[in-house]
Amino acid sequence: MLKDITLGQFFPGHSFIHKLDPRTKLICVVLYIVALFNAVGLLTYGLMFLVLTLCVSISKVGVKALVRGMKPVIVILVFTGLLNLFYTTGGTVLVSLGILTITTEGVKHAFFMIIRILMLISGTFLLTYTTSPIALTDGLELLLNPLKKVKVPVHDLAMMMSIALRFIPTLIEETDKIMSAQKARGADFENGSLLEKAKAMVPLLVPLFVSAFRRADELATAMECRCYHGGEGRTRLKKLSFHTGDIIALIFFVALTVAVIVLGRFFAL
Amino acid sequence: MEPILETKGLSCVYSKGTPFEHKALIDVDFKVYPGEYIGIIGHTGSGKSTLIQHLNGLLKPTGGKVLLHGQDIWVNAKETRKARFKVGLVFQYPEYQLFEETVYKDISFGPKNMKLPPDEIDRRVHQSAYFAGLTDDQLQKSPFELSGGQKRRVAIAGVIAMEPEVLILDEPTAGLDPIGRESIMQNIRNYHDAKNATIIIVSHSMEDMARVADRIVVVNDGRLPLEGSPSEVFRHGEALRSMGLSTPQLTQVFELLKARGLDVDDNIYTMEEAKAALLALSERRNG
Ligand SMILES: Nc1ncnc2c1ncn2[C@@H]1O[C@H](COP(=O)(O)OP(=O)(O)OP(=O)(O)O)[C@@H](O)[C@H]1O
Ligand SMILES: [Mg+2]
Repeated sequence: MLKDITLGQFFPGHSFIHKLDPRTKLICVVLYIVALFNAVGLLTYGLMFLVLTLCVSISKVGVKALVRGMKPVIVILVFTGLLNLFYTTGGTVLVSLGILTITTEGVKHAFFMIIRILMLISGTFLLTYTTSPIALTDGLELLLNPLKKVKVPVHDLAMMMSIALRFIPTLIEETDKIMSAQKARGADFENGSLLEKAKAMVPLLVPLFVSAFRRADELATAMECRCYHGGEGRTRLKKLSFHTGDIIALIFFVALTVAVIVLGRFFAL
Repeated sequence: MEPILETKGLSCVYSKGTPFEHKALIDVDFKVYPGEYIGIIGHTGSGKSTLIQHLNGLLKPTGGKVLLHGQDIWVNAKETRKARFKVGLVFQYPEYQLFEETVYKDISFGPKNMKLPPDEIDRRVHQSAYFAGLTDDQLQKSPFELSGGQKRRVAIAGVIAMEPEVLILDEPTAGLDPIGRESIMQNIRNYHDAKNATIIIVSHSMEDMARVADRIVVVNDGRLPLEGSPSEVFRHGEALRSMGLSTPQLTQVFELLKARGLDVDDNIYTMEEAKAALLALSERRNG
């Protein structure tokens, strides 16, 4: 079912990671990504993998949920894997089929590329799984606050993002419901030619758009009724604050990034 | 008599294997006989909608079976599709599913999917519009121009147009005014009588259920703890209240009257019964 798309879904919990300040988590994820792109060879990837495993086990999110979230990106994974496999030159030739050749270097590249994407997605998923969308945008807004000086509408962007995030599950639920209702009238979304499938989308998309506009309209009215007028002078119900845990996490990830960069330079295994 | 629709040990688990795992149905055995008029009651989140979505194969059971005329509807894709046409389901707030340019086209969506000939589709659209209480000039309007209550009638007509043997409606009168509610209940009654169709209605109105249903089924936390004729079910006032439900208001009045020492029967569920009981009481007093 559509519901099973967990992309960016929040799993409430009380783990150490859940309790971190969203700003800390955002910075840690950026550091993690920097480290990941500097990783070369088994040693550094191994280290990154260790850290990822550690974070996943601390977060208590469960490997299952993480793996389920991977499903939508399988196509991208296979595609990048194949591209790297066939288009990397160098090393000894393993197989040669006409214009397609597979070299040892290609295999290595494809392997690490897939691992890299998987770890990238796992890391970012861990962020969204352990941080509520509201906390996430709050954190982002505060981190980007300096940009207000150069007239970037940080608050509005953050608000738009939190509303969008908030409504993804609602829209998915709505899609599910409308799909069921049309299926009950014999609509067939799975079979038929490409054209027929595209046509079958009309009974789904029209009501979905209508309801999305209706919701947007209602939300705008509701916000205005509560005197929302942008970020100016707005105070927060929940003030974010750093704790010891945040400092430990930050130090840990800075150390990890430095370690990976250094190890990658000198021991490129 | 053979049941037309039957569930055997039906269970349903939502979001299995995540922190949100929820058992919505637990080992449900439910039988529906041809021509019956069944009311399903239960508090919010008890699993009513989940149960009825299993009856026409929209949800696949996590465990157990759904049988239509004794045939498992999940044996192959063809049977499942057949079940969708034989068991018509009108969703909760169905007005949000309309999509066509005109009401006529929207109602004909179901029959078209059944691949019926054009004149048969035309007949069914007109007939179902009649059953749902729509006028002929409304048929050429855009569904988006109609009021909420009229849209709901269009959606109901869209399902009736498939002429299902079993018609299931999930809270068809939610959010309507008393006259609209009464008229939709009457429309459903007419369809039941005219086509000898089996009807299953989910409702939060004990009054309506007491009046129209042959049999009432109570859903509570994924199980069916109580079922029977309205008088059998509403006799268990205490049990119903403990499940977040109640007896019809009339019954409550008579329960209170009896508690005050008046010599009345407290198994009163409809206006007619109430009238008779009160008249009898005054006879006894005066006579
Ligand atoms: N798609 C879903 N995913 C996860 N849980 C669900 C889903 N649909 C329903 N549930 C849960 O299953 C339970 C039963 O839901 P259901 O919709 O059957 O209730 P209901 O009896 O129809 O309630 P209502 O009277 O409010 O319509 C609820 O606790 C609900 O939270
Ligand atoms: Mg419901």
